[in-house]
Amino acid sequence: MTGQEAATSLLLDARGVSKRFGAVVALRDASLTLRKGEIVALMGANGAGKSTFVKILTGALQRDGGTIRIRGQESSARSPAGARAAGLVPVYQEPSLIPDLDVADNLRLGGTPVDPFRHWVAELGIKDLRLDAMIGQLPLATLRILDLARALASKPDVLLLDEMTAALPTDLVERVLKTVRAEADNGRSVIYISHRFSEISELCDRASILRDGATVGDLPIEDRVEDKVVELMLGASLGSGEAPAAQARPVPEGPPSLRVRSLAAGRKLTDVSFDLHRGEVLGVVALEGQGQDELFDVLAGLDRPESGEIEVNGSRALFRHPADAIAAGHVLVPGDRAHGLLMERSVRENIALPLVARARKWGAIRMKDEARRVSGAIERLQIDTRAQGEVQRLSGGNQQKVTIARWVAKGVETLLLFDPTRGIDVRTKRQIYLLVRELAGQGASVLYYTSELGEVAMACDRAVVIFNGRSVDTIEAADASEENLLRAAYGLTETADVPA
Amino acid sequence: MNRVLGKHGWTLGLLALLVLLFGITRIIQPNFGASGLDSLSRAALPFAFATAAMVIVVIAGGIDLSVASMMAVAGVTAAVLMEGAGTGGTLFAVAVVLVAGLAMGALNGALIVVTRVPDIVVTLAMLFVWEGVALLILKAPGGTATPWLREMIVGPLVFAWLPKSLVFLAVCLAAVWVPLKRSKLGLSIYAIGSDELAAYRSGVSVGRTRIAAYALCGLLSAIGGLTLTMSTGNGEPIPGPYLLASVAAAVLGGAVLGGGRGALLGPVIAVFVLRLVRMDLTLASVDPNVTTIVEGTIMVAVVMLGGVLAMRRRRA
Amino acid sequence: MTQAESTALARDPALKRIARFLGDNPMIPLIVLLLLLVGVLEFMRPGIVNERWIANTVKFAIPLAMLAACQTMTMLTGGIDLSAAVAATITGFVMATQVPIVGVPWAIVIGLIPAILIGLVNGFGVAFCRVHPLIMTLGTGLIGTGCLQVYQRFVLSTGSVVPDSLAWLGTGRTWGWPNSLLLFVPFAALLIWGQKRTGFGRLLYALGSNETASRISGVRAWQVYLALYALSGLVAGITGLLYVGLIRAPSLSLVNPLMLPSVAAAVIGGTSIFGGRGGYSGTILGALILTVLGTLLTLLQMPEGARRILFGAIILVVTTIYVRLTDQR
Repeated sequence: MTGQEAATSLLLDARGVSKRFGAVVALRDASLTLRKGEIVALMGANGAGKSTFVKILTGALQRDGGTIRIRGQESSARSPAGARAAGLVPVYQEPSLIPDLDVADNLRLGGTPVDPFRHWVAELGIKDLRLDAMIGQLPLATLRILDLARALASKPDVLLLDEMTAALPTDLVERVLKTVRAEADNGRSVIYISHRFSEISELCDRASILRDGATVGDLPIEDRVEDKVVELMLGASLGSGEAPAAQARPVPEGPPSLRVRSLAAGRKLTDVSFDLHRGEVLGVVALEGQGQDELFDVLAGLDRPESGEIEVNGSRALFRHPADAIAAGHVLVPGDRAHGLLMERSVRENIALPLVARARKWGAIRMKDEARRVSGAIERLQIDTRAQGEVQRLSGGNQQKVTIARWVAKGVETLLLFDPTRGIDVRTKRQIYLLVRELAGQGASVLYYTSELGEVAMACDRAVVIFNGRSVDTIEAADASEENLLRAAYGLTETADVPA
Repeated sequence: MNRVLGKHGWTLGLLALLVLLFGITRIIQPNFGASGLDSLSRAALPFAFATAAMVIVVIAGGIDLSVASMMAVAGVTAAVLMEGAGTGGTLFAVAVVLVAGLAMGALNGALIVVTRVPDIVVTLAMLFVWEGVALLILKAPGGTATPWLREMIVGPLVFAWLPKSLVFLAVCLAAVWVPLKRSKLGLSIYAIGSDELAAYRSGVSVGRTRIAAYALCGLLSAIGGLTLTMSTGNGEPIPGPYLLASVAAAVLGGAVLGGGRGALLGPVIAVFVLRLVRMDLTLASVDPNVTTIVEGTIMVAVVMLGGVLAMRRRRA
Repeated sequence: MTQAESTALARDPALKRIARFLGDNPMIPLIVLLLLLVGVLEFMRPGIVNERWIANTVKFAIPLAMLAACQTMTMLTGGIDLSAAVAATITGFVMATQVPIVGVPWAIVIGLIPAILIGLVNGFGVAFCRVHPLIMTLGTGLIGTGCLQVYQRFVLSTGSVVPDSLAWLGTGRTWGWPNSLLLFVPFAALLIWGQKRTGFGRLLYALGSNETASRISGVRAWQVYLALYALSGLVAGITGLLYVGLIRAPSLSLVNPLMLPSVAAAVIGGTSIFGGRGGYSGTILGALILTVLGTLLTLLQMPEGARRILFGAIILVVTTIYVRLTDQR
């Protein structure tokens, strides 16, 4: 095959795609090629730019640079409808069916032909589907199948499947994988996004790996490809020499300050257990959407558990409101800073907020006392307060410091940190690690979820690994190499890879 | 059968409530008959159209606080244009009112889409603007309604028990609702109210659909204003109490504040339920002001209930 | 779209700097606007601006500013109080009709009770049923009006008396200054102090700025909403007392004409209708601006309809500008 032929036989050809949000570069140089009949896994660790790339491919976001060609035609889709018309049909992790319409109306809305849809639904293993069933009353697994059937019925050139098998029972997973393979053999191309290596090695032809917004590898799937993929996903950017030598820290003696057993909440969190002691920093390692969001919400009193036990200092706790959790010493630094900050208020008001939260603090504020506490916290976290009039004018790192300073000013027993270093500069990250260690040294307990695996060795004593909503492993800081953690997070240390 | 019951249980329950209220009416006023039904139906007309207008934007996930003001604009426009007009003039006046309604609603919708200010704030501001427009057209109640037009909603049609006004309501609403419900626009309106992101991903043009929903709201409000002029015989520039009544009837009729759910029949039955409660209180010779209080309390209670239901739904 | 525009804003530092400056010093453009309007007035009718006119303007601006305090406080949390004018009317009317029966002090107490009750019902609906404050307060306003009409039946025979003390406070002048300043200056000082330096005031901003963040910090929002709307009812009631002293003729629609201007005053004064920004000092200027604007429109013989259109347009335009400048949504 000559180069010319190769170029035209490419169904999808995305090159050098870049995208920035303000000062943040989400994608630098992402590329993806798909030949007819090929299934390619798109992989990347959290924050590698995968979801931005997907949004650009499907027309939900506009790229800043690079080219995307479908069948050799420059694609300039400005909306999902445009991308669809160009032949690229996505199936998102969250079903994009309208909950308040029935199946037939959903088909009409997207202009999907009914008969092929019925065919695919039956093919994928859903029997007795009524077209007048309301979407909102169908189980999630069925919805994902319907979404896939709808996509297949529109005869796409390129099918994009985002975590297609999540939330599916085993028998449906097999059906789906078989159908996708068969469709690829019929000449469709598939972009397959998954956290499950077993499926990828079973189904895909190639894997394309993103790291820090750039495509860093394109590998054929063969035996032991996992090792190479993990290596590529980690890269050399976080060399182990940089990290302080992790010392083995023994589990502190005495009863745990927080004891969690078989906790379940929402759809994703099914069975998590761990102990957290005074003076301990316990990391939480999980890929995106494995139930860690729900875990932190429950521990902070934002959500209620469905089952399981939480014990604080030996007595059972049920938090109906974050105020209850705070009274029990649990304070949360949320993952999204926009959820934690009063963006249009001053640094001082943000830090002092917990001090006035309770009804008996509604009266006159003792301004001197408040100023002392606030400036103490500001100093301790070294917050740059030049732009303190409105928190939204601070840098991301300083904003994050404000959310932590709030609890430092109030006094901390159990600190719940949800990915506190996401999107902030290296210097601030270091300051946060040091602060976390310091707080633990003063007797606080810290639960520390991080999407950057390298942080575990730097900030934590040990880490609990959550996969598919269950705590599957505990790794000591001394063994917490990124490779070990990533393998554990992908469930590769487990025997059963499929949800029960 | 069970499915029908499940899907329309709420509406059927309302219907049962309506029948019950008719029974009570007969007990209070044994000679309540065809003429009573006629006046009830006529009194309910503007409320029914206001509610239908509100339901459409509520289904689309919005709210329009300017419904009553748009009705006032339509009412005075009709009354002024019909002053001394013949058949042609009257038809012209009706056409102008309907077009004006569409335009007012579309402007509301466009302002929401373009300014990105929340619907509730935009329509609050527009409530004042349309109120002002109505006052500019007519400072005090005045104008007339062409007699043959007025006759259209007075008295029975064919059967003594079938008020013309009820037929008028059914025909107008069906003319808007039936084609809408079958069109892609109708589906899109439900879609953006139910799940905006999923609708966008399904290829719905969210902005355009929203503007269309508000335009239809304006059109129905205009018809409501027209019926107001038809039943009173003149134009009233000060908006009536249709805003809260329409929100309450929409919620009572099964439309969920927040969008995606509801139809037209339930809310229209709810309008009749609320009107009949008022009529029964009047027939029982309760002070009309007390009646207003009772009515207002019912409406606020319904809206509060709706709030609780919407909150539950968000949690689920 | 939001993204694109925010980057466009960032690329234009001059515009951003102006926006920031005005955001930090919202009083400056307001004062300029006020002086400008006074200048126009003086230009149209030379000599109209004198000591007497100023005192008169202040006198009429005060009840408006007090009613706008209800809007300011509720707007800080992202709400609004459309029942404030009705609550004020009820207090004024009930008080005036109770004076012949129970005497002045008790009449004032009895008059304030329904206003606080309306506020509590509002607070309940907003806090527990999560009804949008606009709808909730509209409904309670409607019910309140009905109740007042029923009440009027029972007191037809007793007549009404506006106490001399309130008339003195509402209309009197001392050394050229309106007496109502005696009530208003401490009131405004308390509010401006309270909004920044009490826990309750801080929570109003916090809830309006980010309810989730407030929750995470341990704020129980319902407590704040309940107290806030009750307080708003009380302030409305006090406004009613002052206003009946100013008008000296209690009626069933006494304070209602101030409803729309009170919302407009708060919005013009820089309080964001989405919550989290603004404060009472701006509202006071907003009330003054609207009062002067009212004089101007009267001079221009602007019909009532056009006034309403103008007020509606002001609310829409100011809000749109805030949305654009702050990129809140």
